[in-house]
Amino acid sequence: MKKKSIKKQSIYWYLFIIILILIPLIPQVAGNTFTQHVLVLILLYASMSQAWNIIGGYCGQVSFGHSVFFGIGAYGAGMAVVKFGMAPWSGVIIGALAAMVVAVLISYPCFKLKGHYFAIATFAIVEIFNRLFMVWYWVEGALGLDYPLVDEGWKNFMWYETKIPYYYGALILFIFIFGLVRYIERNRFGFYLQAVREDQETAESTGINSTLVKLMAMGISAFLAALCGAFFVQYSLRVDPSMVMCLSISMTFVLVTILGGAGTLFGPLLGAMILIPLQEYTRVLWGGLGSGIDLILFGLLIVLIMIRQPKGIMGLINEFINYQQSKRKIFSESQEKG
Amino acid sequence: MTTFLQVTIDGLLTGMIYALVASGLSLIWGVMDVLNFAHGEFLMVGMYVSYWLGFLLNIDPLVSWIASGAFCFILGILTYKLIIHHCLSGPPLASLLATFGLAMILKNVALNRFSPNFRILTHTILGGRRIILGDLVLALPQLIAGIFALIVVFIIYFIIKRTRLGWAIQATAMDKEAAELMGIKTEWIFAFVFGLGGICVGIAGGLLPSYLAVHPEVGGLFSLIAFVAVAMGGFGSIPGALVAALCIGLAESLGGFYIAPVFKYVIVFGLYLVVVMFRPKGLFGW
Repeated sequence: MKKKSIKKQSIYWYLFIIILILIPLIPQVAGNTFTQHVLVLILLYASMSQAWNIIGGYCGQVSFGHSVFFGIGAYGAGMAVVKFGMAPWSGVIIGALAAMVVAVLISYPCFKLKGHYFAIATFAIVEIFNRLFMVWYWVEGALGLDYPLVDEGWKNFMWYETKIPYYYGALILFIFIFGLVRYIERNRFGFYLQAVREDQETAESTGINSTLVKLMAMGISAFLAALCGAFFVQYSLRVDPSMVMCLSISMTFVLVTILGGAGTLFGPLLGAMILIPLQEYTRVLWGGLGSGIDLILFGLLIVLIMIRQPKGIMGLINEFINYQQSKRKIFSESQEKG
Repeated sequence: MTTFLQVTIDGLLTGMIYALVASGLSLIWGVMDVLNFAHGEFLMVGMYVSYWLGFLLNIDPLVSWIASGAFCFILGILTYKLIIHHCLSGPPLASLLATFGLAMILKNVALNRFSPNFRILTHTILGGRRIILGDLVLALPQLIAGIFALIVVFIIYFIIKRTRLGWAIQATAMDKEAAELMGIKTEWIFAFVFGLGGICVGIAGGLLPSYLAVHPEVGGLFSLIAFVAVAMGGFGSIPGALVAALCIGLAESLGGFYIAPVFKYVIVFGLYLVVVMFRPKGLFGW
C-alpha cells in the first residue's frame, strides 16, 4: 500500500513537471491579447497570494496589510523610472527592502495582538498609509506617477505592443516565489511556522521564538509582495495610492489564497486560476455601464465556496479524493468477501 | 473657545451614531466571534429603506427608522440562517470572507438597482432647523439622531444585562455547550443576536438620510470605523464600544479641524493603534 502511494505521488510530480514545461508555450498558442492579459494576471495574483500564504496560510497570521507592502514595491519601481529616469531594477530592490523593513517595524508591535484584533490593526495601517501617500508630495500624492515612454525591452521591463514578455516576466516571478515557498514548506523554518499557527504557546514551550519566526515570515512575505507590486506597476505603467494601497487589494491577497486553500502549496494557484478568469471575463461581458453584475456573481461565488467548504478549493479536492478512496476501499472489501 | 466647544459637540454627535453602529457589531463579535464585514452594507440597506420611504411615500425619517430597523432585523436573521450558520464550523476566516462576499453582493445590487448617485432627503420635518445657544449652533437632525442613537444603545445594553433573554445571550457567549445543556436554544440566540445587530445598524441607517447622502459605497467607511471602535472598546463590550466610538468621533472632528482634514482618519486609526499597543484587548477588554 505504501509503495503504491509513493508511486502515485511521483506520477503527480511528473504531471506537474510536464505542465511546467507546457506553461511557457501557452501565450504562443493564445493569439488573443486579452487572453494573454488574463494569463499574466493569473500568474501575478497567484504570486501575490503565494507571498501572503507564507504569513497568512502557513503561519496563521491573517494580515490585511499586504497592500501596503505591495504599494511600497510599486512606488519603488515607479519612483526609479519616473523621478530618477533610471531602469526600474534598482528601485525594485530598494522598494522590496523598504517594504521588508516597514513590515518588520509595523508588525513587531502588532504581533502582540491576536485573532481579529490583529486583522483590524492591519486594516488601520492600510488606511493610514493610504492617506499619507495621498498627501506626500515627493511621490506626487494623489495624482500618482505616470510612466514616461522609454525604450522597450528587458532593460526597462516595458513593452507596448505585446504582452508576451510580461507573461514570461510573471512566470519567472511566479516560479521564484513558488519555489521559495516549496523550499520553506519542507524546511525547518516551515515547520516552525506551522507549529506557531497550530498552537503558539506549545510552540514556544518547545523552544521556538515565536515572535522572531513571525517577524521573519512577515519580512519574507512583504519582500515578495513588494516584488509583485513592482511587476504590477511595470505592467499597468501607472501608480497612485488608491490603486495599490487600498483594502480591495489587501482583500485580493486574502481571498485568492483562502478560496484556493490557505497553507497549501497549490492553493493560491488554484484560487487565481478560478477567480481571475471569472473576474475578468464577467467584467468584460456584463461589467459595463455600472451594472455591477460581475461583482454580484463574484460575491456569490465567494459566499458559496465558503458555505460549501471553508477550507477552499483544495479542501473540495481533498474531500473528493477521500470520497473516491473510501468508495474503492468498500468495493475491494466487498470483493474480498464475495 | 466657542469653536472648540462647537467642534467637540459635533464630534460627540458623530460618535453617537458610530456607537450605535459599533454596538451592533460588538454584539455579533462578542457572541459568535464573527467579524461581520457586511455591517456597513446593512447600514447602507437601512439608509436606502428610509430614503425610499421618504422619497416615495413622504414618510419622515423620524418614523421610518422603525421600518428600516425591522428590515435589517430580517436581513440579519436571513444572513445568519443562510450563510453564517454554515461557516461557524470552519476556521474564523471563513465567516469573515463569506460576509465580505455578502457585502460585495449587497453593494453591487444597490449599485445596479439604484445607480451610484448620491441621494439625500430634502424635505424632512427637522431638515434645516437648528438650535442656537449663544454662539453655538446645533443642527437639529444631527442632534436628534445622535441622542436617539444613544438611547437605543442604552436599551440594547439594558436588554443584555437585565432581561432573561440577555442572560441567555451572555450565557451563550461564555460557553455554548454549557448554555445548551441549560436548555438555551443557542441556534435561536445566534440568529437573534445577528438580527439585533441588524436592528442597531437599521435604526442608525433610518435616521441618517436626512443629513447624510445615501450611495452604494456609504457603508465602507462606517464598517471600518465600527471595526476600529469595537476593537478599541474590547471584545463584545457595549460600554467599551460606546466610549471608543465617542473617542473616535472626537478625534475625527478635533483632528480634522485643528490639524488638517486630510489627516482626519490617520488620526483616528493612529489613535486606535496607540490604544491597542497599551491594551492589546481594547479599553474594556479582559
